[in-house]
Amino acid sequence: MSALSLRGLKKSFGGNAILNGVSLDVEAGEFIALVGPSGCGKSTLLRILAGLDNADSGEILVGGKDISSVAAADRNIAMVFQSYALYPHLTAGQNIAVPLAMKRLSRSQRLPLVGSLLPGQREIRTGIARDVREMAGLLKIDHLLDRKPGQMSGGQRQRVALARAMVRQPSIFLMDEPLSNLDANLRVHARGEIVELHRRAGVPTLYVTHDQAEALSMADRVAVMIGGNLLQLAAPEVIYNDPAHVEVARFVGQPRINIIQAQAENGRVGFEGIRLALLEKVANGPVSLGIRPEFVKLSPSGRSGLAGRIERLEFLGSEVIAHCRLDTSGYSVVAKLAPHEARDLIAGMKVGVVLTPEQAMVFGPEGKRLRIADMAGARQEPAYV
Amino acid sequence: MSSVALAGNVASAAARRARSEDRTAWLLAAPAIVLLLLFVLLPVAAVIFLGFTDFELGYGKFRFVGFENYAHLLNDRTFRRSLWNTSVYTAVVAPVSIVLGLGVALLIEGEGRARGFFRTVYFLPVASLIVAMATVWQYIFHPTIGPLNALLSLVGVPGPNWLGASNTVLYSLSIIGIWQSVGFNMVLFLAGLTAIPRELYAAAHVDGAKSALDRFFLVTWPMLGPTTLFVVTISITNAVKVFETVKMLTDGGPNKASEVLLFTIYQEGFVYLRVGYASAMTVVFLAILVVLMLLQYRVLDRRVHYT
Repeated sequence: MSALSLRGLKKSFGGNAILNGVSLDVEAGEFIALVGPSGCGKSTLLRILAGLDNADSGEILVGGKDISSVAAADRNIAMVFQSYALYPHLTAGQNIAVPLAMKRLSRSQRLPLVGSLLPGQREIRTGIARDVREMAGLLKIDHLLDRKPGQMSGGQRQRVALARAMVRQPSIFLMDEPLSNLDANLRVHARGEIVELHRRAGVPTLYVTHDQAEALSMADRVAVMIGGNLLQLAAPEVIYNDPAHVEVARFVGQPRINIIQAQAENGRVGFEGIRLALLEKVANGPVSLGIRPEFVKLSPSGRSGLAGRIERLEFLGSEVIAHCRLDTSGYSVVAKLAPHEARDLIAGMKVGVVLTPEQAMVFGPEGKRLRIADMAGARQEPAYV
Repeated sequence: MSSVALAGNVASAAARRARSEDRTAWLLAAPAIVLLLLFVLLPVAAVIFLGFTDFELGYGKFRFVGFENYAHLLNDRTFRRSLWNTSVYTAVVAPVSIVLGLGVALLIEGEGRARGFFRTVYFLPVASLIVAMATVWQYIFHPTIGPLNALLSLVGVPGPNWLGASNTVLYSLSIIGIWQSVGFNMVLFLAGLTAIPRELYAAAHVDGAKSALDRFFLVTWPMLGPTTLFVVTISITNAVKVFETVKMLTDGGPNKASEVLLFTIYQEGFVYLRVGYASAMTVVFLAILVVLMLLQYRVLDRRVHYT
């Protein structure tokens, strides 16, 4: 039984479909990154899970029980917001104490003024303070407990927000782009910390981000969501090397994968010199050919590959990105090269563009991945024959 | 040699530039300074000055009487009565209109569709002329033909002579005062409510604040702090300044039961024409307002959280 299961969640706002039947399973102790471009519905999904919004249809199962009709406050699902949503008038310590106070103090004990006169609340508050200190120690924010959010840096606020979410030991942990307000250096550092905290607490986590690097580097499994559809849920390596859909291939990978329009004819895909045999039956017509930039090689002599021209070179230190244009088809193709491979290249020069056919991926007209057979048969004819 | 001369030149040029900048600054501020002097500080100074004289409108001459006016104030039963009445009126109108204003604002904020309608309706008393509306209130409060007492008699309660009895008149006026200021307070609170980030409520939900009361004390009330401070200030000032309804409906009566500060000042200054004495009252009135404001900002400002 999964720790969390979503079954066919649908949601639309005023006729606009945001979620088109999303199903997803999170196993106990798993860290799943929900990644997608902005507006793909990932934040809506998170809000529905937290109980802040209702789905139009579908089920949310926690430990096998449907919690769709349970109020947010009773779900025991913790959430870290993008803006952290710390209560600005409370100190860090008081912020972290809120979920515990809500859980452990009775309704009348929580009342301002009156509450502090009621019997029994003193012991509970001492317990809360102890737990808050313990949590603060874990996140190394002991020295911040008396500060208000306005007096803290973005990174410190983010830790307080994490502490507030973790302190009550939730059954599920939701994070909505918690690192997007941090500067680049801090972000990489915080990634490692969150993974470490997750490993220690073992609470199943759903982590929403639009940053593919975050998703690939942190998660056990990555869920790619585009246009309200969950297109693929798999380990990061699978998402990158074996995307199930052209949108997944396009979204993941930096620089973006080269997508070329090719023709399928009698079970074969052809583009200029490339011929690939398909395992699946496909009607004759246009298909997409995807080749990752690292599998595009450039031949300065022009002796192999398709005739093209380098339009622009970007030097990035450990790699060089070459933007090329193919002469015959006019396609723009991006190649990722090691610096030594790019030594003789200059912008504007004519080159042979070698698209490694063995590494190509074929996507059908609807974007679904098509399997290729017979890699040995794949070949690319030289440009100048 | 030349470098020394050059340095001197540079220094004097900088000084010149600073001087001209100063001049421009004063020039730009001049209109505001003149207007402030003319319309705020000068009248206040004149009132303070007149408070030490026995000036009466119509007489050409006056003489200084020192603190005689103020000594007289201490024993003036009408003035003490009006001070007390103003305090009672403020103590009723300010808190009730603040609480009601907040309540109405919360209700309207929670309402989805007819928000604009309710906002307008509650704001109408603020926009309407109180002099005209006073007649309506006079009718409502009328002991024999008024709808209020007619309603009360339906349930078998004998209605009082609202504006005509000395034990009810101040509270009747308070009701009108509340009716007048609830809408204004509501608009201010509404503005404060819309400024609260929605995510704080989402966080409160997730953190387990299940009841609306929990969320009110966790998010709404503290986040409204600056607004509330402003509303409290405005409400008290407005209540202390009550005049139109008293002048229109009761003329301070019956038996001085609705004498309020501004009305007494008006009587002294414009009916009995004792400007010197009225000025002394005005000084006391201003002093009370200033002390109230200082107190509020001293006490409340420390407890308010500004984001």
